[in-house]
Amino acid sequence: MKIILNGREEVLEEGMTVAGLVALKGVNPDAVIVEYNYSLVKKEDWAGITLKENDRLEILRFVGGG
Amino acid sequence: MEDTFKIGGRELTSRLFLGTGKFSSNRLIPEAVRASGAQVVTVALRRIDLEYEEENIAAYVPKDCILMPNTSGARNAQEAVRIARLARAAGCGNWVKIEVITDNRYLLPDNYETIKATEILAAEGFVVLPYMSPDLMVAKKLAEAGAAAVMPLGAPIGSNRGLRTKELVRILIDEIPLPIIVDAGLGRPSEAAEAMEMGAAAVLVNTAIATAGDPVAMARAFGLAVKAGRLAYLAGPGETQEYARASSPLTGFLRD
Repeated sequence: MKIILNGREEVLEEGMTVAGLVALKGVNPDAVIVEYNYSLVKKEDWAGITLKENDRLEILRFVGGG
Repeated sequence: MEDTFKIGGRELTSRLFLGTGKFSSNRLIPEAVRASGAQVVTVALRRIDLEYEEENIAAYVPKDCILMPNTSGARNAQEAVRIARLARAAGCGNWVKIEVITDNRYLLPDNYETIKATEILAAEGFVVLPYMSPDLMVAKKLAEAGAAAVMPLGAPIGSNRGLRTKELVRILIDEIPLPIIVDAGLGRPSEAAEAMEMGAAAVLVNTAIATAGDPVAMARAFGLAVKAGRLAYLAGPGETQEYARASSPLTGFLRD
């Protein structure tokens, strides 16, 4: 299954959830924001979202800026 | 009496807004915030780097500060709106600095797209502070669109070149009934003081502080300069004269 993660194609196993992907990438779940198909999803909903072919996912964080 | 000003219904005592980019260590940020006295602190939103884990910048901003995300990276109004909505949904509050830029050399803002984004976000209840090139007609349209303040640039972002747009900023201060916050380009505390002496409501500084030899000391210096400039504005400077005018009496000299 292919999805677009942070603008790049990513191949994932079927049945992968948002929570599973965040864990797979070794990302601290408390420090990131996830946008799923252009909508922000809360952390408590990550485990309930199973990714599908061609989904678009953005994992974002706040950084220093002026 | 304390000299305060209001943006989006919030009463502020500090007229120095602080950006958090370019610090050599995030650990300097809370120290710089405290030293500067800033109450409004800006951050940006970016994709994570999946190669290595990075720190959460928000954890370094004191909790009593207003966290103001910017929309840097947005190339049009639509992208700016998307970033603002994401930041708010992520718990960042409803303040947002609109930054729409497609010019990569000078990083000058696209005033037209900025007006569009301001209109949309103000209607959604955001406290919108648009970064803009100092143009009177644009500032009027931003005010009509619902901006809570306008943020004209002093010089290109990160250039530390000072208040190059002084005469145009002065026009905005005279004509726009909103707080004018000089944002970008201020490199030295004296330049921040000058903006405040002119009647700017506040200034936003990042690079000049973050890249100083001692960022925390420079943050303090900017904080003091902003206070000095504001006090001078309130005090009302005397008029300038073309020729010398003696300060001491011109009579009663000790001579024959």
